[in-house]
Amino acid sequence: MTFVKTKIELSKLAEGDTLEVLLSEGEPLDNVPRNAREQGYEVLSVEHVEGATHKLIIKK
Amino acid sequence: MPRECDFIQGVFAETLRLNSNEQNMAEQKKLSIIAFSGDFDKLTAVFTLGTGAAAVGYEVNIFFTFWGLDAMKQKTGRAFVGGNWLTKIFGFMMGGLSVTPTSRFNFLGIGPKIFRSLMRKNNVATLEELVEAAKALGINFYACEMAMHVLGLKKEDFIPEVKDVLGVASFLRLSEGGHTLFI
Repeated sequence: MTFVKTKIELSKLAEGDTLEVLLSEGEPLDNVPRNAREQGYEVLSVEHVEGATHKLIIKK
Repeated sequence: MPRECDFIQGVFAETLRLNSNEQNMAEQKKLSIIAFSGDFDKLTAVFTLGTGAAAVGYEVNIFFTFWGLDAMKQKTGRAFVGGNWLTKIFGFMMGGLSVTPTSRFNFLGIGPKIFRSLMRKNNVATLEELVEAAKALGINFYACEMAMHVLGLKKEDFIPEVKDVLGVASFLRLSEGGHTLFI
């Protein structure tokens, strides 16, 4: 579901815009950056925020 | 050496066929779901699978039939939709998306409320959010012609996102070359 929400948000953005996504550890952290790359988006960074939360920045 | 030539031509043709099959498979990542159940939990499975597949680039078709048609009704609560008095009563009893029962633990309609609150609490998308996500991702919704006929439902009774009314033959054509699930 995290990637579903990410994909919907990305569809609202213009080419070159960036999107910040907060990810939980486990499945979302494994899948969202990988799926984004596979679909041709640029993953700018994935960094640990706090606890089990990570911040992902994607460029459309 | 005509026989050798034939053999080489045959291998060449087969390689071309396999390559084009592979290309078609790669192009046609497709998931088709027959949504037969009108249960809250099973519809949640339909839309979770559908949106997940659509988000990773699959073409997704959902064919709503019989009880599953409840999820596509314009009126999400209980309403007398139908052709005659009997189907209108059926329509009222079946209801729409917001009154779908759970397949277990329904407890006269309290069950779905409990599940909805549990889903919100655990930050899991509710059924309504999943349907909205499905629309945003451009999932193709289809309604079953025969079930609509039996239940006295018209295309206007459904949300405008329902793309078409289909029969078995059209659904088979649509789903060909992809995965198909019955839920």
